Amino acid sequence: MRTLPFALSLILVAAGVFAFGRWLGNSYAFFAGYVVVQYIVLGTAWNILGGYTGYVNFGITAFFAIGAYSTVVLHKLAPVLPLPVMIVVGGVLAGIVGLGTGYLTLRLRGVFFSIATLALAVVVQTLITNWDFVGGARGAYVLRPRTAPLIGGEYMQYLCLIMLGLGVIVLVTARSIQRSALGYGFAAIRDDEGAAEASGVPTLRLKLIATTLSGAFMGMAGAPLPYYVTYLDPASGFSLNYAVNAIAMPLIGGTGSWLGPVVGAVLVGGLQEYLRVTISSAVNVLVAGVLMVLFVIVAPQGIVGLFQRKR
Amino acid sequence: MDFSLDLLLNAFISGLLLGGFYAAVSVGIAISFGMLDVVNIAHPAFILLGSYVAYIGNTYFGLDPIVAAVIALPAFYLLGMAVYQIYYVAFESRDDQALRGLSFFFGLLFITEVSLVLIFGVDYRLVEARYIGPSLHLGLFDLPGRLLVPFIVAMAMVLGLQAFLSRSFLGRAIQAVAQDQLALRLMAADPVRIKRIAFGLSIATAAVAGAILIIIQPIEPSIGREYIGRVFAICVLGGLGSFPGMVIAAMTLGIVESLTATFFGPSWAPAVAFGVLLVTLAVRPSGIMGR
Repeated sequence: MRTLPFALSLILVAAGVFAFGRWLGNSYAFFAGYVVVQYIVLGTAWNILGGYTGYVNFGITAFFAIGAYSTVVLHKLAPVLPLPVMIVVGGVLAGIVGLGTGYLTLRLRGVFFSIATLALAVVVQTLITNWDFVGGARGAYVLRPRTAPLIGGEYMQYLCLIMLGLGVIVLVTARSIQRSALGYGFAAIRDDEGAAEASGVPTLRLKLIATTLSGAFMGMAGAPLPYYVTYLDPASGFSLNYAVNAIAMPLIGGTGSWLGPVVGAVLVGGLQEYLRVTISSAVNVLVAGVLMVLFVIVAPQGIVGLFQRKR
Repeated sequence: MDFSLDLLLNAFISGLLLGGFYAAVSVGIAISFGMLDVVNIAHPAFILLGSYVAYIGNTYFGLDPIVAAVIALPAFYLLGMAVYQIYYVAFESRDDQALRGLSFFFGLLFITEVSLVLIFGVDYRLVEARYIGPSLHLGLFDLPGRLLVPFIVAMAMVLGLQAFLSRSFLGRAIQAVAQDQLALRLMAADPVRIKRIAFGLSIATAAVAGAILIIIQPIEPSIGREYIGRVFAICVLGGLGSFPGMVIAAMTLGIVESLTATFFGPSWAPAVAFGVLLVTLAVRPSGIMGR
């Protein structure tokens, strides 16, 4: 399928999901839907770097929280700004941080990049905790407007719609990268970086593009978060759950293609929402970690890989 | 801000003692990452596991935390061998260490942390021992017992391991694995067996490091994450696999962190390690004593 028909059918699917939610008329559906789509965005963003080039980013919470806290700042300084503008700002900031981290560490072996991103999450959390303007360790309240702009109804529906739109953008980007020269360059880096470099692939530049894009999308996924939770403190914004889910979902779904993170996010995210309601919220966070370890050991190609092998 | 020689000197001394403790925390990574090339980012989680073992031994059986850790050593050694066996079969032998191997350890880190939360809750836990309260006064400076005892234990452990690695047959075999696995195979030795033993050792050090961690400060399950940046910063700064370099790096970081905490407030201390790590990676990735 060409990119345009693919984008149009994705938009149709997103519109269908949204219409279904409206028809249900249950506000919990929008809360749960928002979380699952947020993980689709986060997982796909991680996969652009991790799955396509093979470089593991553990600092998801850093990028995600940069997006979220840039919204907190903008909400305090200029509350009239529409949410999509805040998302763009959050994305740009997170992208710049991604570029900087990549520039400093990507010339070394991949594992040093991974370690640096782990440490990055701690340092960004330290900075935010010490920054009183955004509430420091106490956290910040962000009041959600009562009604949604443009579409009417609860504001939560608007947030869900925005996240669906973001999901469409990220998936279309991920899929077109996969089929472009850029994507083949990424795959060459993943399979054998030395050989890629020797055959003239500009590896450093491609890796920097991947880290920037991936970081920017993570920031965008985080930007609407303050409106979703209405109270954001460092402990929840930097929760390890985001990082584990964003890595676990692509690995469970399959890292090779754009479809993997979607399958993983829908299955694991859905399962977690189900467990949160039926058993307890402590158990649901364990699920992603255990499933991830099982999948990387038993089914390294993920769910998508299982089906491809059978064919 | 009050700036006095007294304060500076005491911050310096406690940083030095803290650095000794950091060396004990990092020695496991120096073995697994520096020598075996196994990027065990779950090491801090094993350290916390050690802390909780010391906590149980201390609270329910009245043992000294360090004695409890020594009793737990064999169990940690076996746990390490088991983890390496899984890692070897699932990732190293498939030559898939980068993406999935790292994710495996990240998953272990997360599972351990959440399990500890489920069992012990998020309250801070601490241990009791006679040396935790009092301090040794030496003229201008104070040597608090809760830092001095960990320092001595840590140094004993690092020196002991160094002697083991450089003197004993098995220790030299571990160093040989670090240098050239293929050559070892050609001499009819099994690198996987030696790596399994070495990885078991690296996890065993986590039992002792965990016990001295809980002597130094009260713990809760998520503080392990703060140590990830620290231990890797120390190992990279020290030059991978070099024990003397690691000790120097650990003390440097301890002193810089202690000075930061004294003069800018303790909430800034975790950022120091990251700064050190980034500067090292950008300027001299082989570390101060790198090969």
